[in-house]
Order: sequence, then C-alpha cells, then structure tokens
Amino acid sequence: MQLENPSQIAGVLIRGARVIDPSQNIDEVLDIWTEGGVIRAIEKSGHISPERVQVQIDAKSLWALPGFIDLHVHLREPGLEYKETIETGTLAAAAGGFTAVACMANTQPVNDNPIVTSYIREKARQFAHSRVHIIGAVTRGLQGKELAEIGGMVREGAVALSDDGMPVMNSLIMRRAMEYAGGFGIPIISHAEDANLVNGGVVNESPLSHQLGLPGNPAAAEEIMVAREIALCRLTRTPIHIAHLSTAVALEHVRRAKQDGLPVTAEASPHHLTLTEEAVRDLDTNTKMAPPLRSEQDVEALRKAVAEGVVDILATDHAPHGTVDKECEFVQAANGILGLQTAAPLTYELVVKGLIPLHRWIESWTIQPAKFLKLNAGNLRVGGPADITLFDPEARWTLNPSEILSKSHNTPFLGWTLHGRATHTLTGGVLAYQLDSPSSSRSNSKKGVNR
Amino acid sequence: MIHRLRTPSLLSASSLSKEEVEFLFRAAHLFLEAFQRNEIPPLLVGKTISQLFFENSTRTRLAFETAIRKLGGAALTFTPNNSSLAKGESLLDTLKNLEALKPDAFIVRHSASGAALHLSRFTSRPIINAGDGTHEHPSQALLDAFTLEKKWGRFEGKTIVIVGDILHSRVARSNTRLLRTLGAHVIHCGPASLVPPLSSNLGAHEVTHSLDQVLDKADAVLCLRIQRERQNSPVIPSLSEFAHGYGLTAARAQRLKKDAWILHPGPVNRGVEITPEVADGARSLILEQVTHGVAMRMAILSALLNPGGLWRFLNPTSDINPIERTL
Repeated sequence: MQLENPSQIAGVLIRGARVIDPSQNIDEVLDIWTEGGVIRAIEKSGHISPERVQVQIDAKSLWALPGFIDLHVHLREPGLEYKETIETGTLAAAAGGFTAVACMANTQPVNDNPIVTSYIREKARQFAHSRVHIIGAVTRGLQGKELAEIGGMVREGAVALSDDGMPVMNSLIMRRAMEYAGGFGIPIISHAEDANLVNGGVVNESPLSHQLGLPGNPAAAEEIMVAREIALCRLTRTPIHIAHLSTAVALEHVRRAKQDGLPVTAEASPHHLTLTEEAVRDLDTNTKMAPPLRSEQDVEALRKAVAEGVVDILATDHAPHGTVDKECEFVQAANGILGLQTAAPLTYELVVKGLIPLHRWIESWTIQPAKFLKLNAGNLRVGGPADITLFDPEARWTLNPSEILSKSHNTPFLGWTLHGRATHTLTGGVLAYQLDSPSSSRSNSKKGVNR
Repeated sequence: MIHRLRTPSLLSASSLSKEEVEFLFRAAHLFLEAFQRNEIPPLLVGKTISQLFFENSTRTRLAFETAIRKLGGAALTFTPNNSSLAKGESLLDTLKNLEALKPDAFIVRHSASGAALHLSRFTSRPIINAGDGTHEHPSQALLDAFTLEKKWGRFEGKTIVIVGDILHSRVARSNTRLLRTLGAHVIHCGPASLVPPLSSNLGAHEVTHSLDQVLDKADAVLCLRIQRERQNSPVIPSLSEFAHGYGLTAARAQRLKKDAWILHPGPVNRGVEITPEVADGARSLILEQVTHGVAMRMAILSALLNPGGLWRFLNPTSDINPIERTL
C-alpha cells in the first residue's frame, strides 16, 4: 500500500494480545507497536516503550491476527451503486475484520479494460476503508467470446482475472486466456459451473428441487467445470483458482490436481460451509446463490477439505443486492448474499466446534489468499505493513439490521447469534474500524487507507 | 368432523389433511347439487375476489369466476396483456396495488414456483394458489380427486396412473400428494427425462417408464399434457415418439380394467397424450372434471371467505353454528 505520507501515521501500541500468525508459527501473548503504517516491533509484554504512541489498545482478552483478506467480493461500483459502493463495501469489510478485499469485474460497465480498472483504483484511493485489489474480466463484457484487455488492466493494477458469475463456457477461449494471463504472472479465478447443464437451475438438484418444482442445478455442473479447469491448468500451467467450491466430488478433483503438483487452489464460502439446501425450503430469496446451497454430505466434505487444506482459502463472495433484486419470485431473484460482516464469526464457529483447526482458519483468511494474489500481506512481520485484526473469540452477538454497514441487507443470517467478532481493524497502521465507535474510525480511515 | 380449513389461504394440496379434503368433498357435493338445480346459496355477497392470472388459463379462471358469481360475489380479473405488467411493474407491486382496491381474497396463477407463497408474505388477505410454475395446483387436484370420489367413494385399494410430463407438472405434484393423503396408490409413468426418480420423494409409490406394463393395474389414468412452454431444452425427441410410447390410444384404453376412468386436466393435445376417441369416450371424465371444478371452487371459496355461512349450508337443520360461536 502506498500511503500519501506514511510518516504522519501515528503510533499504535497493542498490549497483551494473544498474537497468532501461522505463517511464522507465532502463538503467544505479545505487544505490537506500529508506526508510519508498518509494524515496528513485536515483543513480550512490557518490552516495548515507544515514545510517540498516540493510541494504546488494551488487548488482553483479544487475539491479534494478520489482517483478513477476502479475495472474492462484489463492490458493485461503477454502475450498481444502489447495491453497494466501494465506500460502503469496504466499511463492511473493515467491520468484519478485513484489511483487504479483491473486487470482482461484473460491474457496469464490466471491468474488462484499463479505464474501468483505473476508475476503481481511484475511487478506492479516495473512499475505501480497506485495501482494494482489483480483479479484471477474462473476456470482454463477461461474454466468453473475446479476451478482455488483460495487459491494460494489469498495467492499471489488476491482480487476477475472473468472469465470476458468467462461466467461460468455450474451452478454447479459456485456454487462450490462461496462456495469456500466465505471461503476466497473474492467475485466473473460475466460477466453475457448466452453464448449459445448469440450464436455469436455481437450487441444488435433489428431491427438494423436485418437490419445490424449482429448476435444479446438478452437482455435475460444477464437477465437470472443475475437471475442465484442472485439465486446462495441466495444459497451460497458469495458476487456476476455483471460486466457491460446493460439491464433494469436485473437491476430489482438486485434491487429485494438488497431488499432481498443479497450481490449483480453491476457496469455500462461509455460507456453503454453514447452510444446507434445507435452508431453501421456505423460499427465502436470501438463500439463493450460485452455486446453490448443497446437501449435508457436500457441506461435511467441504468442512473436511478446509480442515485438510484441500480448500486453501476462505472467501465470502460478498454479493450485495437491493430489495428490488431479492423481494421477488425465487426464480427471478438475484444470486448471492452479503458476506463480509458474518464471514469470520460463521467460520470461527467451525473452529469452536472442532471441525477446522485454529491455524487453518487463520491462514485461510490471511496468508493463503495473500500468497495466491502475491500480496505483501497475510502475516505479522516487523517491517511489514501494519494490517492487523483484533478478534474477540468470546464475543457473542446477534446480527441485527442496524449492525449492517453494507448498503444492502440481503443475508439469511439476520437474527443469528454469532460467535466471535473483530473489535479493531488496523489497516496500514490506521484504525479502519473499531467496535462501539465506528463513526470516529470512519473519518480516520478515509484519509489514511489508500491503495 | 371438522368445520373449516386450518389455514387462511390455500397454497398447496400437500399441506391439506385428509379431514380437510373430506370436508371440502362434503361441501362440493352439496354445491354440485345446488349448481345443477341452479339454487346456489349467496355465500359471497358483498365480497370481491381479485383474480391475478399471469399465465394463460381457460378452465381454472372461468371455473373460479363462475363459482364467485354464482355465490353472489364479484370477480375482478387481471390478465397481464392489458395491464401495467407490460410496463415493467413487478409481481409484488401489482399485488400491492390490487390490494389497495380492497379485495377480500386473491386467486393467483404465475409461472414462478412459489409465487403464491411469496405473495402471501406481503398480504393479510387469503390467497388461493391457482397454479405456481411447476410446483402446485391445489384446486385442480381437489377437483380431480372429487371427481374420482364421486365414482368410488373411497380411495383405499385404488391405483391411479399419472402419465406424461410429470417433471414440469404442478398438477402431477398436487394430485400425487393429495391422492396419497386419501390412501390411493399412485404410479408415475413417462419417459425417463420427464419423470423424476422415485427417490425424489414426490409421493408416488411406483415409477415406471412403460405405460403398457401398468395399464391393467389402473383404476384411473390421469393424462398430462407435454408442457413445451416450460422446457428450455429438448427432453424428448418428438411428440410422435412420445405419443407412440405414452399416448392413451383406443387400443391401450381397451386393455384398461372395465371400470377404469380417464382424466385429463386440460388443455388436451388430441392425438398426442390422448386420442380423440378416448378423450370423447364413455370412460372419459374430462368434461365432468370441468363442471366439478366449479363446485369444488365454490367449496374452497366459501370455506376460506365465509366458513360460518358454509356451515349453515352444510347443516341447514342445526341451530348451533360452531363457526359463528368461535368467531
């Protein structure tokens, strides 16, 4: 992150936190001192006596973790500002403990050329409450027919490519895109569904879809596309990342690809790890997403794959939609739900239940996405950027509409009691969010957090 | 014996209990007699029922309209081609605007599965689902079962073969659940691409892809239309190939039990799922279904909108009206 004047960023002393950084095998009670946007020291409690600290945080009951990174977010700007803006989306991110997000290309106009990329970068520089990394489109207009202006977007800062939401159906186009992207050293993120086989399906194809009379989306649609992406990765050797993996068989494709040493990574979303297709039974449109919520066996396999590291990364697929998009017939409703403010608690719940080891939970939100996007982030290193999330593992809180900082409210988790919560989000040494006094941190972060 | 339905709306046939169905049968019997004598009790006087038909309909819409008018109510019928839907008004906005006209109930048909349930969350008025996508069509299932009940009295030991496009059929879904509730044995029959497997748990006791193998078991055959408007990809090679395997021809009708009945919810594609001589033959109940449809809709409407009046109609000699006492 480039700060306009890093020397002006005040010192922060975090005292007595349990510091956990799986990338360095750190797990002990320490103090952290940041200044000028970087971590200046991490020492045993009481060993740091900085002179110019302006903020002291008593973190005795908190965990200090590398700042969370969400590599799958829809910020909706430009063009769909009624759903979300870069400002509101990154505020929700900061409140969820995220110091960085990567935004998908399905804006209006589509981010398939350097002009849109630079527009997003500039908006983020002015208004973002977290770092914003930019994902460009694979194909022009997400149409799957011609390559987007990949070189130009990379020049303007794009870090990955994806036609998320619109699978690239033509294997030859996908091959060309992977080859071309490989030349720039950037990966492709695949929304892996065979759109022909999905055929308008809106829920997992199963007895439930037949009973509800809703068009089903079979697991085979994902299995086929994941297998194809792996085949193309084998052919081109360009890193491919499978977004929001949801089916047990596709997981096995990924496991096999990793055994073969291919540069294949995969992510799971908090909702696919938390809800089964049963959540759809009442036709709440906030349970509609692509890929759809799956069977209990799929959810169990997915949790296991996260625990084992077959699924490397956790990512929200934060997809804000307005009431006009969601308050309608189920088949008509837009796909997707909010994710940023519920992501950490929902996935931490799996740690509490003993289904995912603590270090896997942390690295899936930190060093793993950082490595995939080649970011200097995801760890707590002296001299590195001061991106730190303080997390209260004992917090119990209920998600009320008043808590939601996103511009949209489309979440099936309203009214849920959640376990664990980010209390402070330090991005580039600046408090981008602090629980209980979000309004004061807002003005803070506006001038401080820039990309 | 129950005197009213448990829910203020009729959204699905699968949620009806056997007692509720038998209650509606009792009412429909009396309404049918009254209809034939043209002495319908004025149970809906002063009531306006808003009919929202976002999909084409002949029988259902006109049967509801006839029932409403004969009961003394007013039907306000909305069809999309002369409405603001063409101007982009959403389903929910349409409902809210029609609700502002203060109707006493809505009858809704829509191409989206779950549409009636969706709307029921935004209005306090009763909603009658007149067909939602490929999900349910409860009043059709009730009138089909009523038609069979008039012939049989009881459903135990009876086998009904539902043949054709079950995958896209709300009639099949509602009928299967309702017939099962009543104790009948239900067989789904059709090409494998149009019949969900038994494991889909739609309620069928058997699934077969050979009509010829189950003809002699059937006490009734319910033929379904191929719903080409709901298929966005080819599921059968051709209509003639379908007719060859699954059309109810005179030769196949010959192999049915002597007292087996033939039903079809309409509209009929003559020569595809059923041949003209079978559709018009002595075992066909197709037109009776239409008349019974009016009686069953009278039963549904009065049960939802005037349960006290319905009780008096069903119990003309009794002084005590349990409905009006509890109201």
